[in-house]
Amino acid sequence: MTSQTKQTEMLSGAAMIIRALADEGVEYLYGYPGGAVLHIYDALFQQTKVKHVLVRHEQAATHMADAYARASGKAGAVLVTSGPGATNAVTGIATAYMDSIPMVVLTGQVMSHLIGEDAFQETDMLGISRPICKHNMSVRRPEDIPAIIKKAFYIAQSGRPGPVVIDIPKDMTIPSQTFPYHYPSEVKLRSYQPKLKGHSGQIKKAVTALLAAKRPILYAGGGVIMGGASKELTELAQLLNLPVTNTLMGLGCYPSGDKQFIGMLGMHGSYEANQTMHNADLILAVGARFDDRVTNNTKKFCPDATIIHIDIDPASISKTVNAHIPIVGLVKPVLEDMLELLAQKKKKLDTAALKKWWQQIDDWRALHGGRYDNAAPMLKPQYVIEQLSKITKGNAYVCSDVGQHQMFAAQYYGFNKPNRWINSGGLGTMGFGLPAAMGVKLNYPDEDVVCVTGEGSIQMNIQELSTCKQYGLAVKIINLNNGYLGMVKQWQDMNYESRYASSYMDSLPDFVKLAEAYGHVGIRVTEPEQLIPALERAFALKDQLVFLDIHIDPKEHVYPMHIPGGAMNDMFLSKTERT
Amino acid sequence: MRHIISVLLENESGALARLVGLFAQRGYNIDSLTVAPTEDATLSRLTLVTHGNDQVIEQITKQLHKLIEVVKLTDLNESPHLERELMLVKVKASGAARDEVKRCADIFRGQIIDVTTSTYTVQLVGTSDKLDAFIQALSTTIILEVVRSGVSGIARGEKTLAL
Repeated sequence: MTSQTKQTEMLSGAAMIIRALADEGVEYLYGYPGGAVLHIYDALFQQTKVKHVLVRHEQAATHMADAYARASGKAGAVLVTSGPGATNAVTGIATAYMDSIPMVVLTGQVMSHLIGEDAFQETDMLGISRPICKHNMSVRRPEDIPAIIKKAFYIAQSGRPGPVVIDIPKDMTIPSQTFPYHYPSEVKLRSYQPKLKGHSGQIKKAVTALLAAKRPILYAGGGVIMGGASKELTELAQLLNLPVTNTLMGLGCYPSGDKQFIGMLGMHGSYEANQTMHNADLILAVGARFDDRVTNNTKKFCPDATIIHIDIDPASISKTVNAHIPIVGLVKPVLEDMLELLAQKKKKLDTAALKKWWQQIDDWRALHGGRYDNAAPMLKPQYVIEQLSKITKGNAYVCSDVGQHQMFAAQYYGFNKPNRWINSGGLGTMGFGLPAAMGVKLNYPDEDVVCVTGEGSIQMNIQELSTCKQYGLAVKIINLNNGYLGMVKQWQDMNYESRYASSYMDSLPDFVKLAEAYGHVGIRVTEPEQLIPALERAFALKDQLVFLDIHIDPKEHVYPMHIPGGAMNDMFLSKTERT
Repeated sequence: MRHIISVLLENESGALARLVGLFAQRGYNIDSLTVAPTEDATLSRLTLVTHGNDQVIEQITKQLHKLIEVVKLTDLNESPHLERELMLVKVKASGAARDEVKRCADIFRGQIIDVTTSTYTVQLVGTSDKLDAFIQALSTTIILEVVRSGVSGIARGEKTLAL
């Protein structure tokens, strides 16, 4: 799509916005109309290239765009009005920011001459969004709109990706005022030139250190997924027979079914992953940021390890844990360079040492290996996730909310492909799951898209069941219903002598009836033997949203769990065991 | 340790707020801050004095670099540099103190730039230490008002921070 006709087109600011989105390749714009953006909505109405998706709350629009970006790698686009429309989008912008997700959010604003006068539905969205987005801009002259939109997409998608907010005063979009439209093919900023290739000297150093390692581990995060480097990462790991662990954000970047995969690491990481990290003599960190949910106490973090850290963001390197060999660059070209060097050197790691290391890792794996007690009369959440994985052959897009169910999904689904595990890792946003699943389903209608949630999280954006009806979004909702805010309850069990301060969700709705009220199918599962038939029925109903309200054992805790203040390998392994 | 960070910033609305906000948001200190446009009207030059250990200073410079509007920056402490701060001090100047203030200002090479029958306003330029010393030299009872510009800095020699 290009706009390069011989005669320069004259468009209003509103029409330019929509045209620029179309020229950027935006297919869906998620949003909600309101006074300040009505000119833009009118421009939307008069064309067909950009399709609008009307949510029921602006937060959902941001999560839909965000999830589309997580699944596709391309920035999602959002349009909301000024004031409450913009503030409702804030949680979604912060969610995307914390997980480095590209997104462009257009927020309406009152007329320029009213700004600062506390006008109706005025809010300082630039001020509010400043600390939670990669960049924000306001439109001061309508003729700047194409360049601003180009710049926004460029910033959002390059370097370390992130959300960009464009604040648009209403008088920038007046239909009767037209300007020449030209969408720039590229953008250059003197103040922003993200580094792409890694420093060759550093890469050489890293390869030398890696080849000298006796107890190496590859620790890969969300940067591998957003950086589209799963293939290179997998190749490197398999070439050198490295054990691979993924962060919560990195799940799927290495196939979980492979024997070299030792599970997620961190607070609820696998026993073997946390042990392997702690005892490693070399950590190759790729697109991961040594988050506090990974490291536990940084003072006790992996005492013997030489750390190689590859990241596009220099500020992520040596922020919490000192990196011995930092490499700033996009993970894909850096890994390609490493692979090339390794091919030249034709050297492998010390085979005997590596064999011993793998023996040790396998011993750890045998010790815990993700076991759980499936004996109780009630359904176990872990079992539900395992069955979900089975019926979807580990290939579904799994969009999660936040809490115990999120951790169970991360631990037990078994992701084999990148971009399929979609969850709010950094901000931990309850209410993310359903809109996220909607955003994926809309863009990938032929794929199985699941929302794994709980009765707490689902109610934070349950109004979107209505949007699902409008657009025929046949997502499958796996509601792991234990009648409690499970993760809060777990912490209260462990740290507050089971005093359940506001973690009990009394007066829950009848989710089956609720789903039916919105025009969907609801199925309740209370007995273990009902689960598989219910799942089968749900996935057989290709064109229907199915809400599976699955009653699970409320006593279940997520294990392993880091012991606060300890090292990577200090873990509670069950209610009665610890390291 | 005290560091002087010089920044070239796009002279755009919101850029300064973003930079200052970063310090508040991440819990970094700002001891002083000066900012004004340069000979190129599209650029502002900003001098920021902060303190912290090496790790904190490294994070500050990295986080500043990440701001889209930051064009270039340097930690002046990494090489020999000059720093200057301007101070205006209004003091009571009557009786015996009147001569004493004049003498003290002369010793510090300050200038009296405004005079009334009972006050002097002294202008003093120098390093922050020198300005501190001048304030200490004056009796606190006679100081009516102190205005400091914050530090401006520049590298010595041929080294420049420019486009």
